Amino acid sequence: MVIPMPNATPQPAQVSSIKAEIRDFNFFYGNFQALKNINMGIEEGKVTALIGPSGCGKSTYLRCFNRMHDLYPGNRYEGQIVFYPDNTNLLAADVDPIEVRMRVGMVFQKPNPFPKSIFENVAYGLRVRGESRRSVLEEKVEQALHGAALWNEAKDRLHEPAYNLSGGQQQRLCIARCLATDPEMILFDEPTSALDPIATASIEELIDTLRGKVTILIVTHSMQQAARVSDFTAYMYLGEMIEYGKTDDIFVKPRDKRTEDYITGKFG
Amino acid sequence: MEKVHISSQFDADLEAVRSRLLQMGGMVEQQLRNAMAAYITGERELVEQVRSTEDSINMMEIELDDRCTHLIARRQPTAGDLRLIMAVIKITTDLERVGDEAAKIGRIVGQMHDSGIAKLNGFSDIHVAANMAVGMLKDALDAFARVDVVAAERIIKQDRQIDNEFRSLLRELITFMMEDPRTISTALGVVWIAKALERVGDHAKNIAEYVVFVAEGTDVRHSGGPADTAL
Repeated sequence: MVIPMPNATPQPAQVSSIKAEIRDFNFFYGNFQALKNINMGIEEGKVTALIGPSGCGKSTYLRCFNRMHDLYPGNRYEGQIVFYPDNTNLLAADVDPIEVRMRVGMVFQKPNPFPKSIFENVAYGLRVRGESRRSVLEEKVEQALHGAALWNEAKDRLHEPAYNLSGGQQQRLCIARCLATDPEMILFDEPTSALDPIATASIEELIDTLRGKVTILIVTHSMQQAARVSDFTAYMYLGEMIEYGKTDDIFVKPRDKRTEDYITGKFG
Repeated sequence: MEKVHISSQFDADLEAVRSRLLQMGGMVEQQLRNAMAAYITGERELVEQVRSTEDSINMMEIELDDRCTHLIARRQPTAGDLRLIMAVIKITTDLERVGDEAAKIGRIVGQMHDSGIAKLNGFSDIHVAANMAVGMLKDALDAFARVDVVAAERIIKQDRQIDNEFRSLLRELITFMMEDPRTISTALGVVWIAKALERVGDHAKNIAEYVVFVAEGTDVRHSGGPADTAL
């Protein structure tokens, strides 16, 4: 598979298996071009972090992966986000955004459980898909809660309101809600910025355990977090992908001076 | 029971660095033993082994430094973790230098045996210093493995003994040389070896000092009163 990449944005050296390929991608809020000519391949089962200063377009970029921008008029995508193995361009007009969101789950900055019980929160996506058999729901919910490292804390209170959980637990519940529908990719939009260091560490550990099972794209304000959790890191600035490579390389010997300045805190 | 990090990968990475360092220590220790065995037996094979081990040790130094660099970049270690990484970086350097000293002994032994001046049995007192140096190195690595401050402090004190041993060896060799100038070449070789062993003792002492730093966070280097006045 040949992935077209401009010189400035080198491809990770080991191209093992690509889950998503972004080709000549641009995004516009009305007349404002928020993302400029992005080309990159996202490796399957790996954690890819997007870092960059506020307003660089990293969250905008993340949201393109589950067509969240479709909700507002005037937004426009150009180029392709191709998902493998089926070669589907997620942005194609004939691809239903609902279908995209089934394949690509998302976890937000602030935990946003539904005002329902813990059980129903996790079962929600399955019910939307038409699953109503109690035994299947129970099995899937348990699996997802295990996957999100929440089962031990939640198993005796499955029918309590989700809001009774702590912030960190609510965030893990949201991850369980994602996992329940077996997504191929999960988008994390600053998933720990509202959490304390301990809850943050457990979310990071959770992301670590999901590695290999699901492809993860994470936007984070914290470079340290990117360094801790990701396999690959992309540095974005003013809507451009400045540098993309292995996290080990980006944080030890970045190629681009702008990346170095940003990660060493000389930005400004 | 030692507490673990929330991040199990971090635990695994730290453990990998620690055990790799101990592996390097084991190699260096063996290299030193081989060098001294070569001194006694004059076996070329041992001399060659000492030389080739040096390459592996140098590679391990590079690898360990690289691992530590990435650990710092990715994990931002703090407190005890930070002290451990700092100590590993420092100990790696000391071990590499012990490796250099062992290689030096190997080279001298090779030359001594090659030039046939090796009436070495007369200089057997050097074994005392050799055993001391190897013992100190081994004990320092054990103290690091167990984070044993008591053992580390004992090793720090022991360095004085090896320095004394070196000085008395030197006096003895000077006497040999004065009595019989034909022994000068060999005796000089032995002086170099003794000096190398004395340096090994210094490195072992450094390692022990880092153990104290890891365990208690106090830097005990250069705090032992007047510096030893070995040559």
